[in-house]
Order: sequence, then C-alpha cells, then structure tokens
Amino acid sequence: MHDIAFTLNGRPWSLRVEPRRTLVDAIRDDCGATGTHIGCEHGVCGACTILLDGEPVRSCLMFAVQADGRALRTVEGLEKDGALHPLQRAFIDHHALQCGFCTPGFLMLAVGVLERTPNISDEALTDVLSSNLCRCTGYQNIVRAVRAAAEEMAP
Amino acid sequence: MKPAAFEYHMPRTVEEAVAILARVAPLDGRVLAGGQTLVPAMALRLARPSHLVDINRVAGFDRLDVRDGMLEIGPCVRHAALDRSAAPGPLGRLLGLVQPHIAHHPIRTRGTFCGSLANADAASEWCLTAVALDARIEARSGRGTRSIPADAFLLGYMTTSLEPDELLVRARLPLLPDDARVGFYEYARRAGDFAQVMALVTYAVRGGVVAAPRIALGGLESRPRRMAGAEAAIVGRVPDALAFRSAADAAADALGPTEDPDYARTLATTAVLRALAAAA
Amino acid sequence: MSKAVADAPPRLAPGKGRVLGQPVARLEDGPLVRGRGLFAADVNFPRQLAMRVVRSQIAHGRLVSLDTAEARALPGVVAVWTAAEVSDIPPIPFRATKVRGLEPYCQPILARERVRYVGEPIAVVFAEDAYIAEDAADLVVAEIDELPVVLDAAAEPAEFLPGNSTEPTIVRKEYGDVDAAFRAAHAVIELDLSVGRHSGVPMETRGAIARYVAAHDVLELHGTAKKQHWNRDEIARLLGRPPTGVHLFEGHVGGGFGVRGELYPEDLLVCLAAMRLDRPVKWIEDRREHLVATNHSRQQRHLIRGAVDADGRLLAIDDVFFHDQGAYVRTHGARVADLAAGMLPGPYRLPAYRVAGHFRLTNKTPAATYRAPGRFETTFVRERLMDAIAVRLDLDPIELRRRNLVTEAEMPHVRPVDTLGVDVVLDSGDYIGLMDQALAQFGWDAVQRDLTARRAAGDCVGAGLAFFVEKSGLGPSDGVRISIDATGGVELVSGAASVGQGMETALAQICAEALGVDYRRIRVVRGRTDRIEFGNGAHASRVTVMSGSATYHAALAVRGMALDTAAQLLQARPEDLAIEDGQVVRAAAPGVPLIALAEVARQMGPNSPLMRGRTPGLTAERWFYSEHMTYPYGVHLALVRIDRATGEVRVEKYLVANDVGRAVNPMMVEGQMVGGFAQGLGGALFEEFRYDERGQPLSTTFADYLIPTLSEMPAVDVLIAEDAPSPLNPLGVKGAGEGGTNAVGAAIAAAVDDALRRPGAIVSLPILPRTVRRHTEEPT
Ligand SMILES: Cc1cc2nc3c(=O)[nH]c(=O)nc-3n(C[C@H](O)[C@H](O)[C@H](O)COP(=O)(O)OP(=O)(O)OC[C@H]3O[C@@H](n4cnc5c(N)ncnc54)[C@H](O)[C@@H]3O)c2cc1C
Ligand code: FES
Ligand code: FES
Repeated sequence: MHDIAFTLNGRPWSLRVEPRRTLVDAIRDDCGATGTHIGCEHGVCGACTILLDGEPVRSCLMFAVQADGRALRTVEGLEKDGALHPLQRAFIDHHALQCGFCTPGFLMLAVGVLERTPNISDEALTDVLSSNLCRCTGYQNIVRAVRAAAEEMAP
Repeated sequence: MKPAAFEYHMPRTVEEAVAILARVAPLDGRVLAGGQTLVPAMALRLARPSHLVDINRVAGFDRLDVRDGMLEIGPCVRHAALDRSAAPGPLGRLLGLVQPHIAHHPIRTRGTFCGSLANADAASEWCLTAVALDARIEARSGRGTRSIPADAFLLGYMTTSLEPDELLVRARLPLLPDDARVGFYEYARRAGDFAQVMALVTYAVRGGVVAAPRIALGGLESRPRRMAGAEAAIVGRVPDALAFRSAADAAADALGPTEDPDYARTLATTAVLRALAAAA
Repeated sequence: MSKAVADAPPRLAPGKGRVLGQPVARLEDGPLVRGRGLFAADVNFPRQLAMRVVRSQIAHGRLVSLDTAEARALPGVVAVWTAAEVSDIPPIPFRATKVRGLEPYCQPILARERVRYVGEPIAVVFAEDAYIAEDAADLVVAEIDELPVVLDAAAEPAEFLPGNSTEPTIVRKEYGDVDAAFRAAHAVIELDLSVGRHSGVPMETRGAIARYVAAHDVLELHGTAKKQHWNRDEIARLLGRPPTGVHLFEGHVGGGFGVRGELYPEDLLVCLAAMRLDRPVKWIEDRREHLVATNHSRQQRHLIRGAVDADGRLLAIDDVFFHDQGAYVRTHGARVADLAAGMLPGPYRLPAYRVAGHFRLTNKTPAATYRAPGRFETTFVRERLMDAIAVRLDLDPIELRRRNLVTEAEMPHVRPVDTLGVDVVLDSGDYIGLMDQALAQFGWDAVQRDLTARRAAGDCVGAGLAFFVEKSGLGPSDGVRISIDATGGVELVSGAASVGQGMETALAQICAEALGVDYRRIRVVRGRTDRIEFGNGAHASRVTVMSGSATYHAALAVRGMALDTAAQLLQARPEDLAIEDGQVVRAAAPGVPLIALAEVARQMGPNSPLMRGRTPGLTAERWFYSEHMTYPYGVHLALVRIDRATGEVRVEKYLVANDVGRAVNPMMVEGQMVGGFAQGLGGALFEEFRYDERGQPLSTTFADYLIPTLSEMPAVDVLIAEDAPSPLNPLGVKGAGEGGTNAVGAAIAAAVDDALRRPGAIVSLPILPRTVRRHTEEPT
C-alpha cells in the first residue's frame, strides 16, 4: 500500500492505494468523482480522459501511485460558480451528446487542447478528436460544438 | 480488466533505477515508462510483472538535447515532444512528419520514444525511424553501459537485444545533412491505428542524382528494416518516377514471407513510392 | 387498425407546434455534461461485493471439471459458484418471436455439461472488490475436452444435443406463385451475398447491481435498460418471488442499440447472489468480456434469386438464407431471422415471394438484435439484387427503382407476409417523391458529371444509392401517467425506457404541446418498475410512437381535468378556457392568466372540498394500443473514393433521407440519422467479429474491433421528410431510430462497385481493403 496525495479539481486528496489501482478507479471509487467514465480500460476509447497537470491523458493507463503530487482535473471541475464551461454549453447547444457516456472524455480532451491551442486548425482538431470514440452521435455535432466553444474561448 | 498485483518502485536516480532493476529483473520485474503499451497489457493480464520500476521521476530522464551531431533522447521523452522543433534541419522535419501517426494526442502526452524501442512493435513508427537513421541505443545495467546500433537492437517481433536487467537510458538519432530530403508514408485502417504499412525515406540530390539514400519499411514483416536493394536501385540515379519505381519494386522483392503476399507486395511498393514522392 | 381509448382524442394538427417539432435543447444534457449522470458503474451500495464471471476459453467442449478450491481460498473471496450451485435456476427464456422447438437451445446461466462459445460463463466469483474477484477468477481451473466446432452457418447442420440439430427451425414465408413467375421471367438474376458479424457495442459496457432490502422484502436491480417490466417479471419467476417484490431501476444508459437491457445470465446471477449472500452485488462487464459476452448480430449469408420481366419489373424473389445465431438462442428467439424474412421485399412491388431462413447455431457468441436488425442485412441483399438487375437489363439503377417502388396511390400497401407476428402493411409513403428529393439534395446529376471529370483525371470514385423501408412502433401497448403537483411541476411516468436517445425530451415536448406548459418543467420518469405497473420498454424505435401517443392522450386528459376544475373555480365554461405556459387563460384572451395550474392542482388535492367524494389529484394515466407497425422509409446516397493501391475506401459525401412521419425534435432526429449512419459505416467498412478455425475470437479489444473515429466520417447530410404522417397514431410519428443505419452497407457497396467500374464486385460486408484491392489495377 502506498500513501499518495494529489489535487482533484483543486481540492487536495490523500489516499492509501495498492500500486495496481488504476488512476481512473481511484478517481471514481476513492474520490467518488464518477463523471470520468471507463469504456475499455486499454487506452482506445478515451472515455477516461482527464487532465494531468493540464495535459490530456488516459486515466485508465496510469496507476494512482503515479499521480502523487500532481494536479488532476476532471469534468466535475469545469463548471465555475454555477456557470457551465463554454464547452459544456456548446455541447448542449449543438446536440453533441446523446447517451452522454463519452461526453466527459471529449470535454476534457477538448479543454486540454483548446487551453493550449485556442486557434487550432480544422485539420488538427479532427486529428485530436479522433482520439476518442463515440457510438451515438457520429461526431459531427461534437466537432461543431468544439469549434463554437473554441471561438468563445479564444482570447 | 484489473491488473494483477505487483510491487512498485519509484527510483529518483539512474543508479537507483539500475540497482532496483537488477534485483527485480529475475523476478519478472519490468520498467514502466509511458505505460501506453505495458498498462493495457497488464489490464488484459497478458503481462503480469511482479515488480514495476517506474522511471518517470528519475532526474534527467526527460532530457532532449542535440549534442555532437546527434539528437539525444532520454527515456522519459514523450512522443509529443518529438515534433518539428525537437531537432534542427531535416531531422526535425522528419520527426514532425512521423509523430502525428503515432496513436493519438492523449497517448502521445505519455508514451515515450525509448519505450517504443524497448517494446519493438513491428508497426512502431519510432522503431522504423531508428533503423532508418541508424540510431544508437544505450543500455545500462550493473555491468556498465553499452551502445547498440538500432538494427542489432531490434531482433524481431517484440524482441530486442536488451537484457531483462538493462535499462534503456538513451537513444541517439544522427542529425541529417542540410540537403537531406525526407519523406514518410503510412497506411492505417483508422486514424491513430498501428500501421498496415509504412515507409520512411531520406536522400540527398547531389549533382542531379540521388545520394546517401535510406529507405526503410515497416508494418509488414516482424520488424521494420532498411531495404538495401531499394537503396541500391536508386543511388546515383536521377530522382524520377522510373527510379522510384525500381526502388519500390526492389523493396517489394526483398519482402520475407507474409500472410497475404500479393497484398503485402502492393502495400510495400505503394509505401515506398509514396514516401519517395513525398520527399522529392 | 389502431384504436385509442374510449374518449378518443383528436389527431394532433399537422405542422410544427410551439415546442413540438422544434429543435429545443434536451432535458437530459444538464447532468450529463456536468459528469453527474448515473450510469451502471456509478451505482454503489455499502458492503457491496464485486462479481466476476469465469468464462470458457474453449469454443466447444465437454466440461469435465471445475476446480475452485484455490479461488475460494483467496483472502477476500466470499463465494465461488459453478453450475451445481445454481442448478435450480432455469435457463434464460425468450420474450420474442417464440418458435416451437427452440427451448433446448436456451442458455443456462452457468454452463452445465458443455461449453459452446468462448466467453460462455462457467463459474462466478464474489469478492470484496473487483481486483480480488478477478484474481480469484484467474485461479479457477477448468478441464474441458475439446469438441469439433461449427463456425459456418451455411455448412451442413451438426448435432447440438442428441436429438437436436444445430438447425432448430427454418423461417419460411411465401406468397404468390413463385415457380410460375420464374418460369415466365425474362431474366433471372442470382447472387450469393454475405453480411459479417458485428454489433451494437455501446460505449458503456453492461452492468448490474443487485441488493436485497430485507426491511421491505424487496429485491432491487440497478443499471438496467430497455425492458424493465418484462425482465422484472422473469427475474421474479425464475427466482420464485412475486413480481411486486422485485424492482428494476434505470439510471443513465450509455447506449443500447438493441444489445443492452436484454436478460442475460449475469443479471440473474447478481440477483441470486444478492439474495443468497445477503450483500449488495455489483457486476461491471469489462470491454474484453463485452466483445465476447454481449449479443453479436448481423451474420447472414443469402442465396437470392430475382425474376424480372423485360422492363425490369420484379416478378418474384426467392431467397434462401443462413442465419448465424451463435451458440444459444437468447431472449429474442428467432426475431432477427423473422425480421429478415419479413422485411426483405422492402419498398418494391413484389407479386410473388418465397424465403427460407435457416436458423443455425454455431460456436460463437449468441446473436440477437442490433439497430435495424434484419434490415441492414436484407437491404444490402435486396439492393444488391436491384443493382444487378439494372446491370443485366442495362437500365439506370434509379430508373429501375422508379419502376418497382410502391407508389403513393398504392398506399396502404398490404404485403401478404407477416413479421413479428403482425401483417406487413406499408402504412403510408411517397417513395418516389422522396427519392427525387434526395437525388436533388445530393446533387446526383452534378455528382455524376464531377465523377466523370475525376475519373478522367485518374481518380477511382463512384456513387451509389439504396432504398430502404424501416419498421417501428411495435405494439401492443404502452401507458403514461401524467401528474401535476401543487407547484405546477409536471411528472410524466412512462413504462418505456431510455437508452440514451433523448426520449425524456421527446415525451416532454409532446406533453408540453398538448398540456400547455413549459417542457422544462416536466420531469420524465422511465425505466422504473416501482413507479408504473406495466411497460414495454425501449426498442424497435417504438418509444416515440407508442409512449409518445400515450403521452399525448394522457396530457389531453390532464388538460381536460384541469380545465373542468378551473371552469368550476372561475364560473366559466371549460370550452372557453385554455392553458398557456402553465396558466389557465380565456381562449379569447390568451395573454391574461386567470389561475395557475399549480393552484388548480392544489384545489384538486385530497383535502380539497372540491374533491369530496371523488378521486383526488390532477393526474391521468392513458394507454395507447396498436396492432400494426408503422413503416418509415428512406434512401441513402453515397460518394466514395478508393485508393487503388491500398484498397482503402473513403466515403466523401453521404446523404440520409428519411421520412419519419413527424419529427418531434428535428435536432434529435438528425442526431439519430448521423449517429445511425456512423454505426452503419462501421458495419460496411470496419467492424467485424472474426474467429480463427478453432473458434477463438480475434476481435477482443478495441484495437481489433474497429469502431469508426471522426477521421473516418464523411460529412453527412440529412433530409428529414414529414411527407407521410402515419395514420396509425395521433401524432403521425413513425420512429427514427434505425433509418440512419439501415441502408449504409447497401449504398456504400453500390458506390464501391461504381468506383471500381465493376458491377457486382462487392458481395460481402464489411468491404475490406484487401478485397477491394483485388478489384483494382496496379498502382500507378
Ligand atoms: C490506443 C493506442 C494506440 C497506439 N498506437 C500506436 C501507434 O500507432 N504506433 C506506435 O508506435 N505506438 C502506438 N501505441 C503505443 C504507444 O506508442 C506506446 O507509448 C509505446 O509503444 C510504448 O512506450 P511507453 O513509454 O508507453 O512504454 P511502456 O508501456 O511503459 O513500456 C513498454 C515496454 O517497454 C519497456 N520499457 C519501456 N521503457 C523502457 C526503458 N527505458 N528501458 C527498458 N525497458 C523499457 C517496458 O518494460 C515494457 O515492456 C499505441 C498505444 C495505444 C494505447
Ligand atoms: S477507458 Fe481509458 S481509454 Fe477507454
Ligand atoms: S453520446 Fe453516446 S457514446 Fe457518445
């Protein structure tokens, strides 16, 4: 067992975990933040995407012990003072979700990328968003939503 | 799909890492770098290492430098860092062409160049790059450090000449001469998938003819390799469609046994042709 | 024909309403974008155990022994069960398309003497957490004597059990004089066509969490979907409890697509364990399990013959097909084969038809329905036949279809076959009209000119189209109860379920329109057996039709009650009043609120003097019944480009045109079309469950089972037509869940043929690069 500490959406957490415990299991089951989803546990679907020190990563492909001392952000941290993040609003406005299972992963992927590259090209955006699977929407509206939010987020 | 139990080690120095690895390697201890291959394998319980030596916090392992005409890549340099800005001149351009084909952005923020070499997937873009450019790979253990040429390092399908107790501590890619042209082509079923086929070429045109060609092919055989016949077919020739065609045919002729030889042949020819054309 | 309840309300006026027919934002989205949904894995109870299933690694064999001693000894393990521990539980029954003789083929919840596919549950482990449970499952040692496998449904049937062959039934349908038609034919076209094995594969895997609440003597099952009431009744029956002592709950559902929400062995195992072990039990399927355990679908081979006259008019179709059912018959019985047989004729006038569907078991994961079941397959088969006929008679494929499509004047068109036990009566439609609209919107003629130019420049490009008929709104009944509380909040309790398709919003829109309230004030309760006694769930694109119609009736009933009471309070006549935005108004002066619905509801409370002697509450429950299905229809058009060297097919442009009768929310309908298309694209070009010669599955991770990503998606254009409202329900709706998927394989196959300039080149799905490559010339 290892004692670790990290922040999740700005809030400090101290956990005692087995080394094999995946980061996504720790986030969901130990921190109770079930907004981050598990779709495959082998790195392909992207449902578990979170931000690790600002970078999008697959939280199913890290062990919780590796997050010691790091800053994690998940979908639960997007809303600020009762106001939805521009991406969350854009997802609603553009019908970018149906079942919503893939949504947190897409949101965190897009947040991570847009925070660094607000004026991302269409081609680069297609490449980035191809990282996550959605079985319901056919992606078209996800692209529209991210585009719309990018414009709003651009300085 | 929960990994089997293991003991976790988090060394801070290379000496510490090598010492721990020496101790746990005989017990099927493994190095954990980006984890983008090892962790899925553990989730599927295809890998059940008893110990993991996590090298992510070893001081200096994320170093990426140019020294003595070589790009030196530390074991924790992520795919994402190896873009166009990573090296001057044609090598930087080449890395910028190759890297976007590796998996997807959130995997490239974790997965490492050296981990790709150690893993030796037949369709790994970095393994292809390493053999094409004659990278040198440094392995360190209690017995000291040795430097292995890429071609001797990659032995076959997911097999390297790395001993279980050896830590890959650095890979060195030679910078390319300023007049080098670079080209890369890959065909994968979906964006981000491992390649069905890929080819990487570089050559210069000196006095109107092809000089110093390097043509490497990956994805079809058990490991990527340079295609000597293809290089011979093009060296000293005017870089035109005819020359490209003979190089492509020579590459296809040299293919070892594959599952579907006709299709493999087509893919090989296509990849070499397209990479050459891209470099022109 | 459909009949409404006694006080038959009028049909909803055509056209867009204030909220109905509008692309309003969904009610579902708020919690989902905040990460505050409740998917199966998000459900937790104190003291819960994790269940892990031990699955057969052998495709067919005699189960000699199971050694569980080591697993039991592992610290943290509470129990390990094999078939012996659950021998009192009968196999999983059918709910649909029961055909006599299928019973011996039902799946036991844990394998008994034989294992029949890789992935079949053979034991279960219960432990303190999922990690330990998986450790213990690995320690269970199975000794299995391997037996020969059956992997090809078109091969000679083998023995399933002594006395039972691997062909339990042949689905036969026939009308007209087929033989005479073939004798008289100008031409006979024969094709051998196959559709590969693929399935819904939702992003959320299955999950089931059971707990027994001793305080109330109630068994609860969470993480459910689709068919809560039927599943509740069966779980109760199989466990020997009264249905009132079992309740199913639905949270959020991460995609259904036909596969989720059927009754699977794991559902019964968690329930049984929760009772026996007296602790909550949680099971979350992992992805590798999902790909071998959850229903597969689609795999069929058709030997089809078409007889035509000299003008290309269909005289008869004679089809023999082999349906690869996999290892057991699950809850759907023979439904997919029956649908395939019943729906194959599609939109065409067909004087004579004969079909024999060989329903065959193989040593693969059991198969059942997946979005557009039996139609994705047969649209591919039928439209390939139409293309082949066009080639044989040297006719333009569009002209050929024009000659054969059932016309508007022929509606309703009775086809003397049944499917799902109801007669096929194409209820309404202007097929040719929609085809023309679609061709125009796609720019077919311009596309053809462009193709010619691009071919001249060396591109390998082509276009194709396929017509389809869907079915939706399967009855027989559904009920909805609407209540208004004393704050004016509206609760709508439905016997249907959500599978992530936006049904809450759709029902709220219908309710809001009929009642005169803001749709955002409506709370939709679904998928809960404790809130409504009966229900028929969410499948077969039935929710908007069935529950939507029931909602409409119930909302009108509540409205009537509210107006009656308001009239009493206001000393007015109910017919002079209306409801606007939750306020009762005079119809003549809609801007002036007279009394709020909240106040009316309060006045109808149990202690209100107004209610003395009457049943209190501003609430009504209504049921909608239907004996016939309604048939949406449409056409898909595809433009593809082929890389001659690699054989890669890229779809460049696509149009889905679909008449849905009435679009309750056009934004959501469009979402259904595009998302449905993406799934069709997977089946057409990428997704396949492959097996090796020993029956070992080869598609067991997301690196092998290729779901299209954004990069593989073309720009998809959608034409939603509302030209032919269904006469069978008060809303005119037809259901929109499956039309986006139905014809994708067919349309892309036609376009690939066209690009290759080789008619009939594509005879199977998925269309793989190496197959295409065989039809292209050398790279240049
Ligand atoms: C969805 C998905 C798609 C992918 N697509 C591609 C792709 O298209 N192309 C591609 O090339 N890769 C792809 N990958 C793999 C990815 O690039 C991995 O990052 C890479 O193969 C391994 O690097 P790593 O740092 O993650 O290594 P790890 O996963 O940490 O390790 C891999 C192996 O190498 C050993 N190892 C790692 N570092 C060292 C070292 N310094 N010394 C000794 N041994 C070491 C480990 O012990 C282990 O056996 C994909 C991965 C995923 C999840
Ligand atoms: S759950 Fe992590 S990528 Fe699928
Ligand atoms: S909305 Fe269902 S998976 Fe994306």
